[in-house]
Amino acid sequence: MITLLEARNIGKRFGGLQALTDVSLTINKGEVYGLIGPNGAGKTTFFNVLTGAYTPDGGEFVFNGSELPVGKPHKIVGRGIARTFQNIRLFRDLTALENVMAGHHIRTKAGVWGILTQNRHTREEERLTTERAYELLDYVGIGRFAEVVSKNLSYGDQRRLEIARALATEPQLLALDEPAAGMNATETAQLKLLIEQIRHDGVTVMLIEHDVKLVMGLCDRVAVLDFGKKIAEDVPFEVQKNEAVIAAYLGGGKHAH
Amino acid sequence: MNELVSAVPWLGKRNPMAARWLIIIIALVAPIIAWQFGRSWVRILDFALLYMMLALGLNLVVGFAGLLDLGYIAFYAVGAYTFAFLASPHFDIHMPFWLVLPLGAAFAALAGIMLGFPVLRLRGDYLAIVTLGFGEIIRIFMLNLNYPVNITNGPQGINMLDPINLFGWDLSRNLQVTETFSINSLFLYYYFFLLCVAGSIVFIQRLQISRVGRAWAAMRDDELAAKAIGINTRNMKLLAFSLGATFGGVAGALFGAFQGFVSPESFSLMESIAVLTMVVFGGMGNIAGAIVGAFVLAMLPEILRDIAIPLQQTLFGTVILDPEVLRMLLLSLAMILMMLLRPTGMIPARARYAHPENMKREGAL
Repeated sequence: MITLLEARNIGKRFGGLQALTDVSLTINKGEVYGLIGPNGAGKTTFFNVLTGAYTPDGGEFVFNGSELPVGKPHKIVGRGIARTFQNIRLFRDLTALENVMAGHHIRTKAGVWGILTQNRHTREEERLTTERAYELLDYVGIGRFAEVVSKNLSYGDQRRLEIARALATEPQLLALDEPAAGMNATETAQLKLLIEQIRHDGVTVMLIEHDVKLVMGLCDRVAVLDFGKKIAEDVPFEVQKNEAVIAAYLGGGKHAH
Repeated sequence: MNELVSAVPWLGKRNPMAARWLIIIIALVAPIIAWQFGRSWVRILDFALLYMMLALGLNLVVGFAGLLDLGYIAFYAVGAYTFAFLASPHFDIHMPFWLVLPLGAAFAALAGIMLGFPVLRLRGDYLAIVTLGFGEIIRIFMLNLNYPVNITNGPQGINMLDPINLFGWDLSRNLQVTETFSINSLFLYYYFFLLCVAGSIVFIQRLQISRVGRAWAAMRDDELAAKAIGINTRNMKLLAFSLGATFGGVAGALFGAFQGFVSPESFSLMESIAVLTMVVFGGMGNIAGAIVGAFVLAMLPEILRDIAIPLQQTLFGTVILDPEVLRMLLLSLAMILMMLLRPTGMIPARARYAHPENMKREGAL
């Protein structure tokens, strides 16, 4: 097993609230890694710290053998980590195609001079970006909506588009924040197939999800967060039986109020 | 150009080729028609073209990158004063036009970056307030930098700027074609400015349909998501400010040379607002909107002024409302009507960010 991402003692505090306490975990190349926990457990905060939206108060991330820069989202994307958002954040006024093309930004190089003169390199890069964007839209299954302004897409398609946009950054690790939220059973089943396909194509996936069936059916390993602490990490089957996890979800035990 | 073509009512969608030629012909014959109403109308057209350049540049900042800039006229001022310093008897420097123009653009770009750095973290109303302040600071500098060392000549402004001189061809002199036929200088300026506007349109369209244009649009729609896909928002904002300022600077230098005189009063807050009004009126975020907005709002006050003064004189025997007051009044009225009737502008076309020739399917927007 090759380690792709290692989080070491990540801590994050918001004023008086300790959102993350010494969270350490490792994600191996090629796996689907689930991050679950009750509401407010710190899952999304962990994503935000990982992708540079927040700076951690302590700890570090090692990605592909070297430390990730802190608080520099574009550099982290450049290193190969892409994410989606819990509450969909598309570029509303851009078409599906343009959203995905925008996602390719970091892998293209044309500068202002090249753009103004429209030199051969720029035109070729632009053509490839468009071509790749069509491929990705087909890949996530919304190719026929390429020309639709993204705010007019249906909810499930917006989620797919967000995944396509994240994939356009050519990530090694794709972090999905509740991708199945608000989806019906059919859509969730399709999403599961898509995530399996993404893994099959060599992208490691990290997944925050509430849909237990999806998590259990999809993830190789699962970590459970509760009140900002990791309380369990194991294969899904074992996590399901873990007493601390049951207590965290159902109340009782050490967190009884 | 494509956006402008499809904005032509009726013809634009049916026959783009015809619409394209229609625009070109109108642009070419406009001053000849205006000449029939008096030379001042050609002059007004020349100014309308300068406003188009300003609106195009501001549209890049406000419409594409979503950065509300209320001090845009400052860059116009920087361009104009650069020209005044480097090509007038004021310091007795007379640098050639082709050197001063890029310098004006460069200084304006620099001013754009200077404005950009402190406002990187601001958005919306706060950004508007700081940019407004910036515009006023530049103007007040121009107004007061005549003491202890006289740099800007204060409120008197700088006079006798060199005219535009294209490799020995002086645009301020009528072009003598034959013994009896000469082309008025105003026409020469018109066609030169038209060329500049056409160049601006080409450049801005290229920027729009590029990784930079998409990054701006992404930042405008959702800054956090833009960061999350790897867009360096800091650099993209600075780029938007400096490129937008470049167009303002070029327009400013042309303005200075054309008018032969610059003074701080040409660069007041009201001018910033007027240019922003043009962008909003035409339709934010698309090139055709900026062009149409600038043209309509630059011409309308002049037309109304032409009507209003004689009308007031015949009705009341005296001029009650000063044309300048009337201009602001009409601008406000135009804005209010616009917000009520067509909140997305006269030409609410959605801007494209992908090359049509690279796309598989057309239409379905």
